[in-house]
Amino acid sequence: MKRRDFVGLTGLAAGGLLLPSLPGFSYTAVDPARLLEPGADVIVKKRLADAALNAAKTAGASYADVRIGRSLNQYVFTREKQVQNIVSTESYGVGIRVLVDGCWGFASTSVVTDANLAATARAAVDIAKANRKVMKEPVQLAAQKGYGEVSWKTPIQQSAFEVPVKQKVDLLLAANAAALDAGANYINSGLFQVNEQKYFASTDGSYIDQDVHRLWPTFSATAVDTKSGKFRSRESLSAPVGLGYEYLTPNTAEQVRGPQGTDTIGYKLRYDMLADAALAGKQAKAKLTMKSVTPGKYDLVLDPGHLGLTIHESVGHPTELDRVLGYEANFAGTSFATLEWKAKNLPYGSKEVNIVADKLQPGSVGNVGYDDEGVKTREWDIIKDGKLVNYQKIRDQAHIVGQKESDGCAYAQSWEDVQFQRMPNISLRPGKAKMSPDEMVKGVDKGIYIAGAGSFSIDQQRFNFQFGGQLFFAIEKGKITEPLEDVAYQSNTQEFWGACAGSCDQSDYRLFGTFFDGKGQPSQVSSVSHGSATTRFNGVNVINTARKV
Amino acid sequence: MPILSKDDAQTILKKVLSFSTADECEVSLNGQIGGNVRSARNTISTAGATDNVSLAVESRFGKRSGVATCNEFDEATLRRCVQRAEEIAKLAPESPEYMPLLGAQQYQDNSKAFAAATAAIDPDFRARQMGASTALCDQKKVSSAGFLVDSAGFLAKRNSKGLEAYQQFTNLEFSVTVRTPDGTGSGYAAADYTDASKFDAARLTRVAAEKASSSMKARAIEPGKYTVILEPNALVSNVDTSLMAALMGSFDARNADEGRSFLSKKGGGNRKGEKLFDERVTIYSDPTNAEIPSLMFSGDGRPQKRVTWIEKGVVKNLYSSRYWAQKAAIPDLPRPGGWIMEGGTQSTADLIKGTAKGILVTRLWYIRPVDPQTLLYTGLTRDGTYYIENGQIKFPVKNFRFNESPIIMLNNLEAIGKPVRLGGNLVPPLKIRDFTFTSLSDAV
Repeated sequence: MKRRDFVGLTGLAAGGLLLPSLPGFSYTAVDPARLLEPGADVIVKKRLADAALNAAKTAGASYADVRIGRSLNQYVFTREKQVQNIVSTESYGVGIRVLVDGCWGFASTSVVTDANLAATARAAVDIAKANRKVMKEPVQLAAQKGYGEVSWKTPIQQSAFEVPVKQKVDLLLAANAAALDAGANYINSGLFQVNEQKYFASTDGSYIDQDVHRLWPTFSATAVDTKSGKFRSRESLSAPVGLGYEYLTPNTAEQVRGPQGTDTIGYKLRYDMLADAALAGKQAKAKLTMKSVTPGKYDLVLDPGHLGLTIHESVGHPTELDRVLGYEANFAGTSFATLEWKAKNLPYGSKEVNIVADKLQPGSVGNVGYDDEGVKTREWDIIKDGKLVNYQKIRDQAHIVGQKESDGCAYAQSWEDVQFQRMPNISLRPGKAKMSPDEMVKGVDKGIYIAGAGSFSIDQQRFNFQFGGQLFFAIEKGKITEPLEDVAYQSNTQEFWGACAGSCDQSDYRLFGTFFDGKGQPSQVSSVSHGSATTRFNGVNVINTARKV
Repeated sequence: MPILSKDDAQTILKKVLSFSTADECEVSLNGQIGGNVRSARNTISTAGATDNVSLAVESRFGKRSGVATCNEFDEATLRRCVQRAEEIAKLAPESPEYMPLLGAQQYQDNSKAFAAATAAIDPDFRARQMGASTALCDQKKVSSAGFLVDSAGFLAKRNSKGLEAYQQFTNLEFSVTVRTPDGTGSGYAAADYTDASKFDAARLTRVAAEKASSSMKARAIEPGKYTVILEPNALVSNVDTSLMAALMGSFDARNADEGRSFLSKKGGGNRKGEKLFDERVTIYSDPTNAEIPSLMFSGDGRPQKRVTWIEKGVVKNLYSSRYWAQKAAIPDLPRPGGWIMEGGTQSTADLIKGTAKGILVTRLWYIRPVDPQTLLYTGLTRDGTYYIENGQIKFPVKNFRFNESPIIMLNNLEAIGKPVRLGGNLVPPLKIRDFTFTSLSDAV
């Protein structure tokens, strides 16, 4: 089975829930009770790691790191009144990376014994030595002090695995019923639950034990008008989160009402799945008869649940240093924001644009204590007052931009994959002045308010993009007037961010995210969040996507 | 573990079945060996190898089903795996879409799906092929990034109702992007094979390098509706969604019957039997095709046979789950492994010669659905886009964003070229009129 099959879950972002096929080779399907059993003790993990590190050093490695990983996943899928699938999986093994004469080598194994880890470390050294023959650019690894024995855990209130499967199924079926009662004809819903138990050790003297939890409830509701043959869908406005099951306990203090007249609700760190599903059913049905947009230039007011995807594609990806340097040229592409472009000090956006990278935000899916090469996570500026000031880097990239330390954004999707630079949370800082979405709409003469992420496409250097959404509302003379359909906007990264006229304040700040950001060959997925407050962009080109076939 | 023979695989499966106490039990064994090598900036960046065998057990009690997997094959592990599947099944809710397991099936032999040359690939072969690709680019003073991945494997199934299936298969995929040092030119080539002895990385890299140098310093022309020649890489992709995959991926009967597909009929039902495309459009699948041999059975054990999906523009068949086939009383057809679009004898060069004014598109990229109602997709041209006048390529043009539906595209058909293998399908270059480009991109 190809990893692609597993990664096929990314279909979620493309508009429909797809059932996963059986998990990949390294994952075994297990009883849900297994997900609550503890993994190996840290004393054992330290002994195993030392066996590998010592073997690597003896074989000639100047540096080595060991990742002992135990990944636990549970996916629950339902449609309408029935359960489609409940999959619980476990994967356990070790990945060992070594540096020999400036060349990387990597090997992994699922046989976790002292002797086999030593053998795997030697295999990694052999691979490094083989690769050395064709090496052109020796690795320069930024120095990293060892942290000794430390640990970190996602701050959760309740592990999703402690919640009985029946309770989760009941929640999804209740959400389905709410959507169907409100006007949807069909609904698919799912609950993704992830626990990564990661132990990292390196020859720098770090022994880092982390317990990382993530959760993502989601659905897609569809309404059909058999008479006209028309169908429309509305997807959930939830976000994947670095939280426990507490995310699914509704709390009005964590809800943000959209501008007056939109009947939309955004969610911060607590989600009301039943209320969102009921609204989705109603809105999917309403979409069948909504007015089709008149194309033209509009001022856009973008909800954080929508804007997160635009930030991801137009700022997150172009500022990955490996893309900038050409390492992703054959797959995801390169970037317009080259080192030469940055040196020109040209504007990336207006002065309102301040974009920050981090792996620290509570509730974000990027939140961890240390990255996958033993670097303590941090926050740093990417765009300041509209100018590009920095990139996303890991240890072997820091020297390229004259930085002494890594930014701490190395990640591998599992123990059997090699770690590389992955996008941290990339977020737009909220406005400093007090402003609500209602107040923002008041200042717009001719505009469109967009909530929720929809269709997305951007070129391989991240200039030209097109985005759809879930819900669109016309703004005329400072007021929301009516819902619209068939809306997509096309722009260019620098033009779009140059048209940024400001954001609402911190009280409106929310996270958008995904579990399935794909990069690399063979492709690896990574989880990332993007925070922002509702933000206005002036004079953006809107097209009408309706066609006759 | 090596690739197990039919007898060895079935021996394990028989043993596993003998441990079952469930009403029904189906066991599958899937093994694969292979590896990959990746390059960037004309040097190998990463390399890896895989060698895995995995067993999946599905146990059923009445309408309840549970799946467990393992990748060790000692008797105790196998027994535990069956036991776990049975425990999971007992806890599972009843499936209202339960279908009894299939009994014994007849599968055609398809030994062509396995090539010894591909199964014999070693790290040296990969390094040599990738080395030839990067050396060529060094020599031409261009920068390349490439990916080569190969696999050889087997799939075996057996169940308590008498079904028995086994097949070996091999695959190799290669793609390379070549860029000029000034960053104004980019080219691409990709191919996939069952038999690695047909593969030549340097030959494909030369194509990408030529595209890179010929696409330098592209001129901007106005977006709008153009006659286009879409090369196979613009119609199908190994790494991305594509217009043709989007079309063939929407032939699901249930979606159509439920009213949420372009194949849904106003007032209910589906559009099977209607002429929805140009009459030159015929698409079928055939797992025994020598160019794209694929699995003779689907995941649930149904035989894969030759099926015509579109004939002379008319929708002939839709695929479905076994449950839906029974409920809707339609032919029980699984989704095919690969498909074949009938074409002519003309090469892309011949199509260019016959074009008075148009755009040659090497590849389309970042293709995403915009409206499932009309199968409208958006994306961009990439890695070599050219203006054609009077049967000749005149100059490279800047990349475009398109908003187009494969349904509209296959109605605006001007000419069909000779099909080539891509992504396990046979796809011809197509000449299409009024293809909709909606904006320009500065991307190279």
